[in-house]
Amino acid sequence: MALLIDQDASRFRQIVRGKIKQNLKKYMSNGELIGKQGKDLVSIPIPQIDLPHFRFGDPRDGVGQGEGEVGTSLGPGRPGNGTGKAGDQPGAHILEVEVSLQELAEILGEELALPRIQPKSKNNVEGETSRYTSLRRVGPNSLRHFKRTYREALKRQLSSGVYSWERPNIVPIRDDMRYRSWKTYPRPDSNAVILYMMDVSGSMTQQRKELVRMTAFWIDTWLRAHYKNLTSRYIVHDANAHEVDAETFYHVRENGGTKISSAYEFCKKIIEREYGDGAANLYGFHFSDGENFNSEDDNRCLNLLTEALLPQMNLFGYGQVASGYGAYFLGTLSRIHDEKLVTAHIGDPDDIFDAIKTFLGKGA
Amino acid sequence: MTLSAEMLALQKEIEEYAREFGLSYPPVHFEMLDYRLINQVAAYDGFPARYPHWRFGMEYVRLSKSYAYGLHRIYEMVINTEPCYAYLLASNMPIDQKLVMAHVYGHADFFKNNLWFAHTNRKMLDEMANHAGRVRRHVERHGQEVVEDFIDACLSLDNLIDIQAAGIRRRPLLEPADEEDKTPTVRKLRAKDYMDPFINPPEFLAAQQRLLQAEQEQQKHFPAEPERDALLFLLEHAPLENWQRDVLDIVREEAYYFAPQAQTKIMNEGWASYVHTHLMTERALLPSELIDYADHHSGTVAIQPGHINPYKIGLELYRNIEDRWNRGAFGPEYEACEDVQARRTWDTLAGLGRAKVFEVRRIYNDVGFIDEFLTEEFCREQQLFTFEYNQTTEEYEIASREFQDIKRRLLFQLTNFGHPLIDIVDANYENRGELFLVHRYEGIDLDVPYAQDTLKNLYTLWTRPVHIETELEEGGKLLLSHGPNGSSKHTP
Repeated sequence: MALLIDQDASRFRQIVRGKIKQNLKKYMSNGELIGKQGKDLVSIPIPQIDLPHFRFGDPRDGVGQGEGEVGTSLGPGRPGNGTGKAGDQPGAHILEVEVSLQELAEILGEELALPRIQPKSKNNVEGETSRYTSLRRVGPNSLRHFKRTYREALKRQLSSGVYSWERPNIVPIRDDMRYRSWKTYPRPDSNAVILYMMDVSGSMTQQRKELVRMTAFWIDTWLRAHYKNLTSRYIVHDANAHEVDAETFYHVRENGGTKISSAYEFCKKIIEREYGDGAANLYGFHFSDGENFNSEDDNRCLNLLTEALLPQMNLFGYGQVASGYGAYFLGTLSRIHDEKLVTAHIGDPDDIFDAIKTFLGKGA
Repeated sequence: MTLSAEMLALQKEIEEYAREFGLSYPPVHFEMLDYRLINQVAAYDGFPARYPHWRFGMEYVRLSKSYAYGLHRIYEMVINTEPCYAYLLASNMPIDQKLVMAHVYGHADFFKNNLWFAHTNRKMLDEMANHAGRVRRHVERHGQEVVEDFIDACLSLDNLIDIQAAGIRRRPLLEPADEEDKTPTVRKLRAKDYMDPFINPPEFLAAQQRLLQAEQEQQKHFPAEPERDALLFLLEHAPLENWQRDVLDIVREEAYYFAPQAQTKIMNEGWASYVHTHLMTERALLPSELIDYADHHSGTVAIQPGHINPYKIGLELYRNIEDRWNRGAFGPEYEACEDVQARRTWDTLAGLGRAKVFEVRRIYNDVGFIDEFLTEEFCREQQLFTFEYNQTTEEYEIASREFQDIKRRLLFQLTNFGHPLIDIVDANYENRGELFLVHRYEGIDLDVPYAQDTLKNLYTLWTRPVHIETELEEGGKLLLSHGPNGSSKHTP
């Protein structure tokens, strides 16, 4: 049953959506959403949605009731005062609202004008689902469709002249009975795997890793909205590569030199071993500060990319997280001309917005 | 959904007890609602329908979420109308419904008898539905966003009302049309031409002329007296279109309707709790229900440190008054007595307690209630204290248990239902048709970012620059302005 207030509630959500859109760039560059993400929801602080009034500034005193000597602490938060609304939300120019990740992805897509992703068509239909959208003449009583049954009975009585206006007595007979039934629908099944690779050599500071983390959050959000099953794999490398979990990925620190080819080699192995059948949509994102060991390794990387990785993948993104604008590995990659390869420079949090746009703007 | 036969019988029983107790109330109409509907009604401030606005939706989303997480549940809602509408949550136990009904009869009695509600519209249910219809019509004609933005601007000013206005006519509603403006001239004394410069010296004439003009300026001062009912002032003088005036009128009417509830929160909840304890423990309660009742009641009047629970403080204060008037512990003789022991055991067998609490619930609001009846003994018994923020520990802590401090602080937060006192002082500020407001400073600063946003909304209505003058805790005045070039702030 729809409530009257649903209109107001949906209007409120619309306003919230608008505010998120307006502030999306800010959310992307300060990373405050990342810690507030649950399984399906993310909590977003929205500025200035409440109605301003002339009111007192945060009064730093009040009246309370209970035990305690003078000087007893009541804790750091302002104790509520029950006689006015003033104490309800301290400093309440900011409101936290929960938005589903799906919705956040939609907002992201609209604001950045991202094209929708067409999953690879290989093996697109997998399995079937059944939904109760059909009717039958036989079935169990628990699935009886009352309204349709009644209508059938009424139709029968009207056409056979049994129906009387004075005593409208509709009794369904066996032939009138209608039951809900299922129909089968093909279920497109789309799997995607994101292979995140990151350079953890000594020159990758915690700050730079944070940039990676923020960028990866938005990539995850966007891709999750398009695929039924999304798996993220994490590979760290310095001169050698190995796979880790997400937590380690962002926090591990190693002190080797940098051989990017090690990561690409490792990535290639994972694909060959686990995703060789080509059923999954593969995404690779590699983040580094761009200082590769030597040009020999650069060449090895280019080979791996063109020969092994790019043909297998939907998209391969390279993000260079470095403060300077030196070309380094970014320059090396410009030798490859393949539209599956996208590169971006992420020098500071403000670049994330554009990086995401570049990475996801291909619609692949 | 109307009540089941069982519940109707229960209502009849409770009503019987309420009448016996001496309450008087309009007919009370109970509705049984599921949690979704009761959340809707709560978001609509107790009404089944309001005009379309997102803030109701926001409140509904908040209530639904906290209900889903089990953080709170609404037991009862009751509104000040005749007949009096009250809502029960369907999923509550019968004992809860019983308690709630007793509580509701307390509120119904309070709405009817308390003087501060005397001027409220008892047909507000219809009025709210009319408001909804009117706003919907404006939305159809002018578009949702336009109307919504304007409602937002009006709501942002809805505490700029004169809460005493309902009871006092401060001036005729419409001022009589001004007579045609004439430049006053000083009357000369009759004199022969050659004597004129001596009898009517030109410098004297000029001085007189200046005086007259100053007087006229004074008359032209607009508004003649500072105006607290800013919404009325805007309604009468702001350059608004008809639909805008209508919206502002709706917002103002609703603000005045709800104001007495904010003014009597402690008294109203205290009275309803006082009533339900008597009806339940003396009449309605079955032995088997005692534990559930005690559990529910103690939840209602629970105290948290650093929090004034209006149910608790109101209930205790009524009980305290009843006890004192029963013992005759009032009047000059009692006040003069300084012997603590004698005061404690004071008893003249006056037996006036019940009559006194009925009188109190009729003629006071929260400010008067606290001012008149909060005593030192009561503060000590109830363990009241004031708290303050400690800069060094960065925590709030108990600052004082002194009676005077507590009373002053409590009265302060109740005055003008906790909102700053603000007057429109000049509507032709600097002779430029700008609006000048003054905050009557009493020791607490305005929230400056909020004030600036509010000014912006005021500017939407007035369309000429607007200013508000306030003071700062560290001394000096602060003038906030908003005009076509945005906000500005300076200390004159």
